[in-house]
Amino acid sequence: MTKRVDAIVVGGGIHGCSTALHLCLAGVKPVLIEKDYAGRHASGVNAGGVRQLARHIPEIPLSIRSMGIWEKITELVDDDCSFESHGQVLVAENEDELASYRARVAELNGLGFTHEELIDAAELRRLVPAVADTCPGGVVSRRDGAANPAQTTTAFRRKAEQLGATVLEGVAATNVRQNGGLWHVDVGTESYAAPVLVNAAGAWAGKIAAALGEPVPVETVAPMLMITSRVPHFIDPVVILRGRKLSFKQFKNGTVLIGGGHLATPYQDRNETVLDWKSLAISARTVFELFPVMRSATIVRAWAGIEAKMKDDLPVFGPSARHKGLYHQFGFSLHGFQLGPGAGAVMAELIVNGGTQTRVSDLGIDRFHPSAL
Amino acid sequence: MTMAPKREAYDVVVIGAGPAGLAAAATSAEAGLSTLLLDENIGPGGQVFRAIASTPVTERAQLGADYWMGADLVQALRASSAEVIQRATVWSLDRNLEIGVSIGSASAFARARRVILATGALERPFPIPGWTLPGVMTAGAAQTMLKSSGLVPDGRTVIAGQGPLLWLLAAQILRLGGRIDHILDTTERGNYFAALPHALAFLTSPYFAKGLSMMREVRAKVQVISGVTELAAAGDGQLASVSYVAGGKRETIPADLLLLHQGVVPNVNLAMAAGVEHRWDELQLCWSPVLDASGTSSVAGIAIAGDGAGIGGATAAVVRGRIAARAAVEALAPAAAAKLAPMATLRTDLAKAERGRAFLDTLFRPAKQFRIPAGDTIVCRCEEVTAKDILDAVAIGATGPNQLKAYRRTGMGPCQGRLCGLTVTELMAQARAKSPQEIGYYRLRAPVKPITLAELAAVPKSEDDVKAVVRG
Repeated sequence: MTKRVDAIVVGGGIHGCSTALHLCLAGVKPVLIEKDYAGRHASGVNAGGVRQLARHIPEIPLSIRSMGIWEKITELVDDDCSFESHGQVLVAENEDELASYRARVAELNGLGFTHEELIDAAELRRLVPAVADTCPGGVVSRRDGAANPAQTTTAFRRKAEQLGATVLEGVAATNVRQNGGLWHVDVGTESYAAPVLVNAAGAWAGKIAAALGEPVPVETVAPMLMITSRVPHFIDPVVILRGRKLSFKQFKNGTVLIGGGHLATPYQDRNETVLDWKSLAISARTVFELFPVMRSATIVRAWAGIEAKMKDDLPVFGPSARHKGLYHQFGFSLHGFQLGPGAGAVMAELIVNGGTQTRVSDLGIDRFHPSAL
Repeated sequence: MTMAPKREAYDVVVIGAGPAGLAAAATSAEAGLSTLLLDENIGPGGQVFRAIASTPVTERAQLGADYWMGADLVQALRASSAEVIQRATVWSLDRNLEIGVSIGSASAFARARRVILATGALERPFPIPGWTLPGVMTAGAAQTMLKSSGLVPDGRTVIAGQGPLLWLLAAQILRLGGRIDHILDTTERGNYFAALPHALAFLTSPYFAKGLSMMREVRAKVQVISGVTELAAAGDGQLASVSYVAGGKRETIPADLLLLHQGVVPNVNLAMAAGVEHRWDELQLCWSPVLDASGTSSVAGIAIAGDGAGIGGATAAVVRGRIAARAAVEALAPAAAAKLAPMATLRTDLAKAERGRAFLDTLFRPAKQFRIPAGDTIVCRCEEVTAKDILDAVAIGATGPNQLKAYRRTGMGPCQGRLCGLTVTELMAQARAKSPQEIGYYRLRAPVKPITLAELAAVPKSEDDVKAVVRG
């Protein structure tokens, strides 16, 4: 039997859950279909960075919109998501890097964005006392911070359900098709039909788009992270190094998360990843050199989440270029977590109002396909 | 001395030098395969034969004849060409059969064509009120001290729980002059009836005579209280007393040391992290790997032998080690297999060694009240999460152990779920009216044993690594 609903969201990551929640707030009751469980992949196991810092310019408006929601996250989802705002700092390891950051901040200021601020060695030392003496400065985004990704995605899922969304977990959406002006999706033995379909299936979204005639240059990747045992508090902001691929964050409980984008091998069909310990050893060595206080910490666990990375590192966000009622929200390319709350709000506006005040036009799937609509 | 593996790749890497690992490595090397045995203890033997090559206990009867069987296994291994590295902590194994190991204070990697996991068993968690108090420890920990250092308790000592190892430990403590005031036997009365159908096999197994004489020996010296329920430890920052109900009466006895034991379960962490499929075992109430008759797992190239394959005891472990090694030899060097004991003989040996096991499993099946705690009893020691905390999380939407991490961080501490995993699965299964199989287990991740950042940073650099780090 086919159940008629207001909208179908495929994918229970932070994006699918946020869109489902915001649709409910706008009076649209969706069904959300997740083949595993909400937050099983990248959304639940990423570094939790809530970062406007060092973003690609086309996604900055969405990131700023999202930041406003993060700062009132408890009001939205009745859960603080362990969000903490101690800033994020991009460390320059030498004068050349600092010069390129100076140019970047000037470019942003020229565009009217003021969230990134160039800092000198003294301010860097004040924010990150443990950093090596040789670093000449960096960039800070002071409102940035970090949250607990699994807690956050779970909170969005829970709140969406409370507001009237139907959340189906452990069942895959199959046989996606358009028929009589409605989108139809099979879920096990049942079918759902709705005028609106949101493709927020993360690493699995490229296949859905391709099957609907909108192939995009996307690959599946699995960035690795590791976490240490508790060490005495020594750092507040999230620290990012660009040259040596490192991100670094100490949580309130003392544990330290080490990331930076080294990749595991994903086995998407098995929901599995095989870690590359030789690359993790490089991260360990970088931390060893930059933060002597960390040398005796133990590594408790390492993992990688499966996600989609676009060739141009920008998400695919907005209406389909081919089909009415189809919306894409995927390909966040290792930096989608912070965007989740804002992207759900904007997506709901696109669906319900047909437009939004937040500039997202550079993120559309039409950058790969001339619009046929 | 730090000793990294001599080669980058081996035909067979055996992990764990208990009964199964010792037998597997010796068999594989004897057939001419390049064999590496990695073991995290300072000497071979595992838990059953702990300190077999170094124990200060010299009077053989004190540790029992079964213990000294380990000496023969060690001798056979040392006579073979197997490379053996002690104090080698394997912290990673993946489906490509890449092994990450920490030796001395540096990490090393080795590759294998076949891996035989012989990581043995762990004591089942025994979550009662007060089990985290100083002065409460596991019987296994007490046995480790006894074997490696000859140390036995001298304060007021209570042993509580059930299972063959509990009686063995009690006998060993008494023989070495240690003190035991009470044994609180938690075996459920109904188990005696349930075990009856298996009694014949047990009566004709080697366990029977040994077990009976050991229990008689202990009962002659210690007051044993049967049918114990509602066990709890209490004290202000240190164990002071143990209380329980027996024969419908609550008793409280003063104690300085409480040793808890309710059986052992397979140590599955490394196998699970490697992606090996496991199933819930309804009789042994634990996760066991899905294996074929030669111990081969769902991951190509990985076999599991010994108690890690399902609890079977030391004698069965030795045979399972030989079977897994023989299967590896058959696959990699079929001609060499002729040197080894035929598979049919090994399978007969195994059937003999496993005789009586069903009786023990049924008789000593731990009671629900000691597996599934309630209220303020701590479940996750690393993050201090209580049974009530977990039920609260279930009530607001946590559906399984992995989802629970988002609410309570259970299983995310240094023990990697070893002390809480089974409890969490059964507690959530009960709360959600599902089977443990449906509820599932933590997704385990390397490093399965914590390694220091410095150890990992000390991984030798390959040329590609150097290129990746050098900038400009």
